[in-house]
Amino acid sequence: MTTTTNVILCGTGGQGILLASEVISYAAMASGMDVKKSEVHGMAQRGGSVSSHVRFGEKVYSPLVEKGTADMILAMEMMEGVRWAPFLSPGGRLIIPDLEINPMTVNTGQAEYPDVVALLDGQSIPYSQVPAYGIASELGNLRVLNVVLLGAVSSWIDRIPEENWLAALEERVPARALEVNMTAFRRGRTLTLGQR
Amino acid sequence: MGRRLNEVESGVLFLSGNEAIARGAWESGVHFAAAYPGTPSTEILETIGEQYPEIEAQWAPNEKVGVEVIAGASFAGARVLSAMKHVGLNVAADPLFTLSYIGATGGMVIVSADDPGMHSSQNEQDNRLMGRAAKVVILEPSDSQEAKDMVGAALEISERFDTPVLLRVTTRICHSKSLVKVGPRMEVPVGGYVPDIAKRVPIPMNARKMHSRVEKRLLELSDYGSSSDLNRIEPGDRSLGIITSGVSYQYVREVFPEASVLKLGMTNPLPWELVGRFLDSVERVIVVEEGDPFLEEQVRARFLVPVEGKALIPLEGELNPEKVRKGIRPETSIEPPFADVPLPARPPALCPGCPHRGAFHVLSQMKGSSTGDIGCYTLGLMPPYNALETTVCMGASIGVLSGIEKAVGREGTGKLVAAIGESTFVHSGITGLIDMVYNGSTGTVMIMDNGLTAMTGGQHNPTTGRNLRGEPAPAVDIPELCRACGVKHVRVVDPHDLPEMKRAFEEELARDELSVIVTRRPCIMSYRPDSRAVAELDAGKCVSCGACIRLGCPAIRLDEEGRPEISRMMCWPDCNLCVQVCPTGALSKDMGGGR
Repeated sequence: MTTTTNVILCGTGGQGILLASEVISYAAMASGMDVKKSEVHGMAQRGGSVSSHVRFGEKVYSPLVEKGTADMILAMEMMEGVRWAPFLSPGGRLIIPDLEINPMTVNTGQAEYPDVVALLDGQSIPYSQVPAYGIASELGNLRVLNVVLLGAVSSWIDRIPEENWLAALEERVPARALEVNMTAFRRGRTLTLGQR
Repeated sequence: MGRRLNEVESGVLFLSGNEAIARGAWESGVHFAAAYPGTPSTEILETIGEQYPEIEAQWAPNEKVGVEVIAGASFAGARVLSAMKHVGLNVAADPLFTLSYIGATGGMVIVSADDPGMHSSQNEQDNRLMGRAAKVVILEPSDSQEAKDMVGAALEISERFDTPVLLRVTTRICHSKSLVKVGPRMEVPVGGYVPDIAKRVPIPMNARKMHSRVEKRLLELSDYGSSSDLNRIEPGDRSLGIITSGVSYQYVREVFPEASVLKLGMTNPLPWELVGRFLDSVERVIVVEEGDPFLEEQVRARFLVPVEGKALIPLEGELNPEKVRKGIRPETSIEPPFADVPLPARPPALCPGCPHRGAFHVLSQMKGSSTGDIGCYTLGLMPPYNALETTVCMGASIGVLSGIEKAVGREGTGKLVAAIGESTFVHSGITGLIDMVYNGSTGTVMIMDNGLTAMTGGQHNPTTGRNLRGEPAPAVDIPELCRACGVKHVRVVDPHDLPEMKRAFEEELARDELSVIVTRRPCIMSYRPDSRAVAELDAGKCVSCGACIRLGCPAIRLDEEGRPEISRMMCWPDCNLCVQVCPTGALSKDMGGGR
């Protein structure tokens, strides 16, 4: 419809969504595009659902992605992927990890954690499950789950060349954690390049 | 990374609205800034503190003091800024309304960050109405570039028209990032303090003249607005004319690229000549604004023409492109290919290791509860605690507890305590406590001292011993302060010492005199623990009683046998609450010599 690419990142507080959306934004900037990104701070971050909208293209007006128009949704927690799936456009794709985090409502028995794969298949939602938790464990740093997923999502975003992703990581990740994040990004990217 | 932004003199930066306001203050030569933290405004002063040492910046105990100190600096000819969340402007309303009469000597900008949608607030008030009631200029940026540029414009208007200027932003401006062209700092000399009693002492004789000046100023400002580039007509299809401001402008341009648009950057006073010209140029007029019908009602009343607005665009909640589309051209709505499915909610929760958990767990186990306040501890209302029953505004926990006692007596208040954080107590709880002393209340006030202002991301306050820039500062001693107010029974408890916490509640609630319990333990955001200990389960000893899950700790979930699984990723090393509540010793943790 337009030349704007719409990406939503979602998950729970403390998973590194803000860093991941920052890296996407810098990579898009490095590729010469206009960028807007929007998220909510405060109460929402005490373990609640967190989301970030990133939009890039020639000229971007709204900082928010409209429902039914997201090209990519990057979920850092499985159920949050289902929550945001209605934002996908008809040709969009959802990336989910291999990680379930119970909300307090499940821990206290008020609700049950759903069968995420059944819910996605039930509506034939196009998704790829990336074993980001497994890879992050292998790398000895669970905090890089976000960047493994970022690598995975990067394969679907043609308008940003690989070198701009790497440059953005270098710019936004603190030097002491850069190496493990670079490895995490490459692991995620390699995994999904073949799936296109 | 690494370079401070005051070393970047030109180029394009990717900034949030808050970062852009900080940048705008720096570029426009602001000398002094003060604020009390409040979402979504907090990062304005944080950014000034971290990136722009040329600006003297400080946390104020509350928004009223923040505005008073910048007012003094403005009287002395400095360019100044104060920032607050929308409800903070209620606290600062007293100085604001009279500063409107007194005016500004050095440029004075007050940022009001409103929160439509209430992402992190207790109400959805539209502070354009406050600005109009105070008869001050309101500027509304619609992205980060404008947020930066409008700080400079606001300072110039403030000095030229001798008025405070309200820079009114919203969550989507504050916390959205976009590209900003930046420039160097302009150094502006501080004018110096020159007494001017007729101007600055609003005794009735002077204030009557001041009021006349304010009304005349509003007329001049309306004319200024019609020729200023803060407001503009973007001509387009004459059949659809949209008047809009703030982030709503972006939604309008996104959804109706062909429409004629009157884009207002200055929304008080309204630029009547320009609005009239726009009305003449289009066939249908729709006002697209978030919140109350602020523009709509004024335009309709002024021109007595049909103006559509809130009949099409929701008044409640945050706007977005869908709502704008649905209200005006529902036939163009996008049908999402996938449906919403009912899912368990994921409400916020106290962090693993949170000091407040111990206090609320004990209170809840005793079938006690609290009148609450504004901070992370408002989450005491959530299951499994269900231990917080009221919240009104900053500091209200104390007055409300006292009032309940006035109505139903000490017997009627039962096991109710007031729950308030140390930062909120200093903000405006202390006057409530003085009221309790003065008027003979006998309740128990729990001051939850976690060593920083946590809900807004962890800021220093007058009790933490550090200032905005993290430098050492004198610390208010809360127990001594309470004693000095006349409270005879003040005790300090570690809220993670569960037996001691319980004893404190029991003893203080049994007293027929006013008491204060200070629960003191640092917020987990304030330090990095030395240990990496995680609670371990000896499955053989576990009887699946569920005592641990009733702590409401996000790091604990139950397996199919009803035994706890402890998340290694989330378990906080310095916390052993689950070990303390386990009746069979199935949970253990190496707490070392620790804190």
